[in-house]
Amino acid sequence: MMAEAKPTAARYTEFHPRWYRPNVSVYWWMGQRQYLKFILRELSSVFVAIFVVETLFMLSALKSGPQAYADFQNTMASSLMIALNVICFLFVLFHTITWFNLAPSAMPVRLGGKRVSAFLVAAPSYVAWIVISAGVYWLVTSWSLT
Amino acid sequence: MARQSDEAFFWILFSAGGVVAALLIPVQLFLFGLAIPLGWIQPPTYEHLMALVRLPLVRLYLFVLCSLSLFHWAHRFRYTLYDGLRVKHLNEIIFTLCYGGAVVGTIVAAYLLWTIA
Repeated sequence: MMAEAKPTAARYTEFHPRWYRPNVSVYWWMGQRQYLKFILRELSSVFVAIFVVETLFMLSALKSGPQAYADFQNTMASSLMIALNVICFLFVLFHTITWFNLAPSAMPVRLGGKRVSAFLVAAPSYVAWIVISAGVYWLVTSWSLT
Repeated sequence: MARQSDEAFFWILFSAGGVVAALLIPVQLFLFGLAIPLGWIQPPTYEHLMALVRLPLVRLYLFVLCSLSLFHWAHRFRYTLYDGLRVKHLNEIIFTLCYGGAVVGTIVAAYLLWTIA
C-alpha cells in the first residue's frame, strides 16, 4: 500500500477512507509490565544522550582551563546533578543489560546444527563489558605517562 | 523524511551506537557522574585528564562514543515518539530534531576534540 510505504504522503482530508484500526490510547504501554519495560528500555536512549551532553560540557571545560574544570566539577557535585546522574546510571545499566540479552534473539548462533544457548551468546558481551570497564577505570584513576 | 532505503543506514548507526553505549557509558558515568563528584575515589587531576585527552586514541574513542551514542538516541527516541506517543503526523519535525541533534552533537564533539590540545 502506498500509504504504508510513504507515511508522509498521507493527506488528511474530509473524505479520507476510514481505516479499520482500533483507536489505540496514548497510554497503551501503561497497562502491562512487558509494555512498560519496552517503553522504559526505549527511553534509556534519552539518558544516553544526557550523558553525551555532560561529556561535551566536560570537554569544553577541560579546553577552557583548570578554573573552568574546577567549576564544572562543582556543578557535577551539586545534589541536582547527582540525582540526575543516579537516574542516568540506572537507565544506562538497564540499556546495557537489555542490549546484551537481546543479542541471542537478534543473532541466533548455530554450531553443528544446534542452536547455541542464549546464555552462551550473551556471556561474551558481559565479559567484554567487565574488561573494558576495568580498562577505562584504570586509565582514569591510575594511568600515568611515566 | 527518510526514504525506505535510508532506514538500513540509520539502523546500523543505531545498532553500533547501542553497542558502544552499552559497553562504555556505565563505567564513564559511574566515574565522572558519581564516584568523582561524591569523593568515592581520588579524583584525577586536571593535568592527568589533559594528558589522557591529548592521546589521539583517547580522542578517537571519545568522538566515536559521543557521535554513535547520539545516533543511537536519535533513532530510538524517534520511534519511541512514533509508537509511544502515537504522533505520526509530526514525522518530519521529529526526524529533523532527532537526527539534526545527533549531527550537531557530532560536530560539537569533533570541534572540541580537535581544538582541545
